Amino acid sequence: MPVLDELKAQIARRLPELDMVIGWGHGYDSLHRTPLFIENEADIDKLVFDPLCVHNLATYLTRHGNAKKIGVVVKGCDSRSVVELLQEKLVSRDNVVIFGLPCEGVADLGKVKRALTDLGLDIGRVRETATGGGKLTLTVSGKEVVLPMSEVMADKCGRCRYHNAVLHDEFAGTPVEGQAKDAYADVASFESQTLEERMEFWREQMERCVRCYACRNACPLCVCRDYCIAQSRDPGWVSQRDGLEEKFFFQMIHAMHLAGRCTECGECERACPVDIPLLLLKRKLGKEIKDLFDYSAGTELEIKPPLLAFKVEEDNINERGW
Amino acid sequence: MAAKFLATDKLTEWIAELSASRQVLVPVKEQGAVVFRPYGKGVTPVLDRQANVPPKGSIFPASQRLMTFTYTKNPEDLGQVAVEVHETVEAEPTVVFGGRPCDARGFTVFDRVYDCKKVQDPYYKARRENTLFVTLACADPENACFCHWVGSSPSDPDGSDVLMTPIEGGFLVEDVSKRGKALVASKLLTDGSKRAKEAQAVKDAAQAALGEAWSPEKAPAKLLEKFDDMGFWEDVSAKCISCGACTYLCPTCYCFNVTDERKGMRGERIRTWDNCMSFQFTMEASGHNPRPTKAHRLKNRVGHKFSYYPDIHGGVFACCGCGRCIKLCPVSVDIREIVRLSVERPVSKPEKK
Repeated sequence: MPVLDELKAQIARRLPELDMVIGWGHGYDSLHRTPLFIENEADIDKLVFDPLCVHNLATYLTRHGNAKKIGVVVKGCDSRSVVELLQEKLVSRDNVVIFGLPCEGVADLGKVKRALTDLGLDIGRVRETATGGGKLTLTVSGKEVVLPMSEVMADKCGRCRYHNAVLHDEFAGTPVEGQAKDAYADVASFESQTLEERMEFWREQMERCVRCYACRNACPLCVCRDYCIAQSRDPGWVSQRDGLEEKFFFQMIHAMHLAGRCTECGECERACPVDIPLLLLKRKLGKEIKDLFDYSAGTELEIKPPLLAFKVEEDNINERGW
Repeated sequence: MAAKFLATDKLTEWIAELSASRQVLVPVKEQGAVVFRPYGKGVTPVLDRQANVPPKGSIFPASQRLMTFTYTKNPEDLGQVAVEVHETVEAEPTVVFGGRPCDARGFTVFDRVYDCKKVQDPYYKARRENTLFVTLACADPENACFCHWVGSSPSDPDGSDVLMTPIEGGFLVEDVSKRGKALVASKLLTDGSKRAKEAQAVKDAAQAALGEAWSPEKAPAKLLEKFDDMGFWEDVSAKCISCGACTYLCPTCYCFNVTDERKGMRGERIRTWDNCMSFQFTMEASGHNPRPTKAHRLKNRVGHKFSYYPDIHGGVFACCGCGRCIKLCPVSVDIREIVRLSVERPVSKPEKK
């Protein structure tokens, strides 16, 4: 049975015990998928699963309090967010049913956009889209364009170590084999630049920020949202001025509060309407956490996240031995 | 309206000429995004697509200082404090070059609010008077475009001072306003009257590419009917993540916040973009929030644009149909779909208990 049919059957079976199931449906054009909230059987038919299902739906789990029982459809990477939320007790295990999927990688629409721009075409004018066979086949302004998935796949997929949902109540399809290595080469490459060069890079990037907080609100682990300290007036940590200091300061707050919690799903970067490469900040902290605590967020339900725990002597932090 | 012709290879020269006596903002590419930046040597304008961020900030900056203030204590009587206030109206002469008709038209929505009989906003007015728009008509609309729904078109001159239409080998350049006439007086532009037909064909083709428009004429009344139908609003806002991308990137969203940023005895009063998608937008000092959920907030955004604003401004929608709120939304919330549903779906809870 194709993965989607199997998933639909599983949802149909579990739906009576759930308030809703969150999956993906068709968006406003052929290239876009959009979160789908399934509340009755008729909605199940609208479900889609393909490499354009980019959103991490775990972000909706913390928006319903603990009053609702929710089913969530997850790829491997998305499932890590659910696990981390469970580890942190931000979501109750009894209130979530996880529909796990195997995933061979999703498209990065930013890369699709750049690939089309190079061909003198625009992503806003894609009329038809077909996925499958390891490629995206698009009809744009009357031209057919074939983009190999290997070229437009999200970077996170190229280094993916968890193709299959790490925790699930239902699993549709056959698990994808293999695990890529991730040595944080992107971070190392960025850090090979001088401090001035790095600062200049971020200055340029942050200049574009409109402070819409899409990065924050798309993040499944950034759960303060309405009560975020970046918007509190008392205390007024971040002023209403829109200088680089304020924008950068907010991104530092965001990144630091996610250290040891971020699963590097990349939703912050994907959500940014002005293409600021925000995941790089999160990756830097991910690398530090990996080096210090040998911890990857959201991979094991029973482990206590290192920054939520206390050890008198940390293995890799030399506190008193100078 | 005079029809002039500008050859493609004279484009940069014209922009440079315009920038000799004023600031010229042009769309440029940064990373994958297109944003408006001051023109200077070596800057390459990107004219083949809509900018991610509209040129809203040219007249209505994301953050604008309204005044500075200084407190001085009387050394004879420390309980006595004097305050000195300096108004800071800043308005550098500017041309916004290469925006789309929707970008320029957005300010006509602002005008009814900030420059009308009842209210004259000096900060807005000063910048509005000093800013001209040389707009580029759209030859090939995008999937998220719906300017034709809201009484506009891909070549709408409303709000522009000069309208350029791409044609073979260059642009047909037409002055729209009196001030635009002065801009097209440049010697770089030649007579284009013979090319007007060609430009008209481009405009017609763009209009045709948009397809038939759905009319939101019933939306103002229908949205009011659905004011208390929270089931409807919860349904259409389910996927909204409550960020401000739609609002901040909207050429017609004009709401702001005013704060005093003070350090010691000095400070400044600034006005910043605010957005009704934010929890803090209607947060009252008492702690009560009349729009506590994203459903309440999205209802306001859609209602304001398609009901409350047209109700008091002669039926004009507070939307220019640029589609940014659709295509740049991280989860593809589609305002067209919401407005349509508000008209087509029956009210489920007509009376509030």
